[in-house]
Amino acid sequence: MRKVTGQAQYIDDLCFPGMLYGATVRNPARRGKIRGIVFEPGVPWDEFTIVTAKDIPGKNYVALILNDQPFLAGEITEHGEEAVVLLAHPDRYLVEEARRRVRIDVEPLPCIDSLDDSLAKKEIIWGDDNIFKSYLMNKGDVDRGFAAADLIVEGEYETGAQEQLYIENNGMIAVANPTDGVTVWGSMQCPYYVHKALIPLFGLPPEKIRIIQMETGGGFGGKEEYPSMIAGHAAVLAWKSGRPVKLIYDRAEDMTATTKRHPSRTRHRTGVTRDGKLVAMEIDFDIDGGAYATLSAVVLSRGTIHAAGPYSCPHVRIRSRVAATTYPPHGAFRGFGAPQSIFALERQMNKVAAALNLPPEEFRRRNFLHEGQTTATGQIIREKVDLDDLLFRALEQSHYYHHRETFDRANSTSTLKRGIGFATFMHGAGFTGSGEVTLSSVVTVEATAEGKVRILAASTEIGQGTNTIFSQIAADALRIDYSLIELAQPDTATVPNSGPTVASRTVMVVGKLVEAACIGLKQMLVSSGLLEQPYTSQEFAAAAAEYVHTLGPLRASGEYKPPPNVFWNDETYQGDAYGAYAWAVYVAMVTVDPVTYEVRVDDFVAMQEIGKVIHPVMAMGQIEGGVAQAIGFALYERVAWKNGRMANGQMTNYIMPTSADLPPIRVYFAENPYAHGPSGAKGIGELPMDGVAPAILNAIEHATGVAFNQIPLVPELVMEALAS
Amino acid sequence: MSRLLDVLREDLRLTGVKEGCGEGECGACSVLIDGELVNSCLVPLLQVEGASITTIEGVAIDGKLHAVQQAFLDCGGAQCGICTPGMILAAMALLDQNPHPSLEQIKEGLAGNLCRCTGYMRIFEAVVHAGRE
Repeated sequence: MRKVTGQAQYIDDLCFPGMLYGATVRNPARRGKIRGIVFEPGVPWDEFTIVTAKDIPGKNYVALILNDQPFLAGEITEHGEEAVVLLAHPDRYLVEEARRRVRIDVEPLPCIDSLDDSLAKKEIIWGDDNIFKSYLMNKGDVDRGFAAADLIVEGEYETGAQEQLYIENNGMIAVANPTDGVTVWGSMQCPYYVHKALIPLFGLPPEKIRIIQMETGGGFGGKEEYPSMIAGHAAVLAWKSGRPVKLIYDRAEDMTATTKRHPSRTRHRTGVTRDGKLVAMEIDFDIDGGAYATLSAVVLSRGTIHAAGPYSCPHVRIRSRVAATTYPPHGAFRGFGAPQSIFALERQMNKVAAALNLPPEEFRRRNFLHEGQTTATGQIIREKVDLDDLLFRALEQSHYYHHRETFDRANSTSTLKRGIGFATFMHGAGFTGSGEVTLSSVVTVEATAEGKVRILAASTEIGQGTNTIFSQIAADALRIDYSLIELAQPDTATVPNSGPTVASRTVMVVGKLVEAACIGLKQMLVSSGLLEQPYTSQEFAAAAAEYVHTLGPLRASGEYKPPPNVFWNDETYQGDAYGAYAWAVYVAMVTVDPVTYEVRVDDFVAMQEIGKVIHPVMAMGQIEGGVAQAIGFALYERVAWKNGRMANGQMTNYIMPTSADLPPIRVYFAENPYAHGPSGAKGIGELPMDGVAPAILNAIEHATGVAFNQIPLVPELVMEALAS
Repeated sequence: MSRLLDVLREDLRLTGVKEGCGEGECGACSVLIDGELVNSCLVPLLQVEGASITTIEGVAIDGKLHAVQQAFLDCGGAQCGICTPGMILAAMALLDQNPHPSLEQIKEGLAGNLCRCTGYMRIFEAVVHAGRE
């Protein structure tokens, strides 16, 4: 409601009395030794609060996984967008001017410009070998599998960096002093990540750090880890100046300095029998991590686990690495490694089908995972899964056979080349393996004095509908009217740690805790004798209000418990990788213009099974938005790298899809309730990012006969191939 | 010379006007100037002397939502909400000129307002819905 009237408060809409404006001065060069910092004349520097690495009150690292990234570069700077100096001043225009008058003198050190150079150890820039993390996953005996194969097909696939491009730029406001501690308001996905990062930065006890999420204008993973950096910067400036500090990025800074999707390269070697059965898959999956570790190890993990897709194959070996390069660190982005490895797999599956002389749909049918079979991690699929049905329905909705035949006939004579293609895939919801157990998330619900029920959770609303869905889950569990539910603002001082808002876990994992907490609260109310079942919403509210007045606080919590029979081995990467998977078949229809080399998506069918659909309008909105973002990933969104930095950090020349660029996105759900999700729901948010790009490139191959294996497939690349 | 955007947001505290890019690409800062849709980040204050400016704050009258606002709520046209004020004004400008636009006309009419969450489909539906009101 407040979003359509302009009353919703985002971080940049807040103003504090006496507030200073902050700015970040970044390394102007690339990797190097910082020789000196010069504050050029012509700026009233004595009016400024100036912070460098020396001013950090506690530890100079952004606490996350490896703690290798500093808040501010000290002696060495590892990449061209690294923060070195922070400034604050009451005049936001003067602070901008001053930023340009700080000269940072850097003595160059050798750089690593590519994944290949990093893997070849051309220069060691991180650890002993440039490798942040590697995995080796083995199922069966892949050598024996290849020995039994009639045909072996190889392929190599690449994906580029992608900017999340939420429309609200990053920003934070901090108040900090030794007496009250540190409070930060801002745009973020994960208040408790920021909380964790600021504890060592200040060396303060956890209760002295308070993080509050404001309305957040999109995240997509881009506000998962980098907000910790910005919050730290704002807070250190506030600590030194003794005044509130607002630090808001402009679009260029947000695009160039913050994290993007990891570029990737995947090599496939696939062994099949003559009758089209997979017998061996060997996959090498490498991604470019940039200069610091951030969340790369976890992104790699998800990409690795998804690399072999929804197919049954007895012998699989997957090797994966994330390597350091001299670029700003890459990080979380919707899909988290899976869109990269699934792109490669679904192009490879078409290549193998063609080599076997089988239609791509028939080859997949012969290898789909079924209930009782095992994934690449050896996870036994215990739920009902019917990929044949999803495929049948997706092809039917898209009139696949009709279009395929029509285009085949017309393309030989027509100027415009048309094609249709698809991809089949899955996405695991929640944290990988033992991740959810380690997180052990908590949700609390409490009755208010008016008899309403307030949900206290750290899960953030970032546009994906957390608030609506949680309210609906709570209303359903309590059997009361939706209007009696309210949500507490995510504030680490008042809400428990429900884990980060990532990994398609909010509805399936945290939503289940909302449900459990509500059932607990209802039981307390009933056993107090104040409420009798069945009850109306009014009776419930009256009873809850009376409880609070006469007996005191009425609260109940839900704590994460893993579903039964779930086992995971972190050493061998074998076992139950995810509690549940969403399954999907996406179909794209395209036109390729051989004169302008432009590719247009004309129609898109997204068919998926996500357990029970809790809120159809929001679920459709999630899928449509994800498909749109993934069309950008496939065709438009190219990060132009120049001297280790993004050269097109503007919406003018980094092209995301507009309303005029998109086809009809037709969304269909098959329902198969999941026993351990609230009302049977599974995760949904990341799924639509996965299968779009390969479906489009499969369609382009159908249209042109050219096998493109690199995205974003911008017109220049189409031209190179079609012209030659 | 101040940008109209800054005067609206900072001096008048009309913070429903959002800044997304500062270069006229995203449309988050859209306002209506004498009924015409304009990116307020590109307008120097001087140019609006005597003009009538509508921001999102002036769309609902006495707490009653405009048909376009209601349609955005009903159809799921707003997700994160940051493009929503500009998008609603763009939809109003479009419907003002053409009360029953075709899908192609809607796509064209909103092409200056970027949305990263919805993939636009629910927004198109909201515009069609509001046009019927």
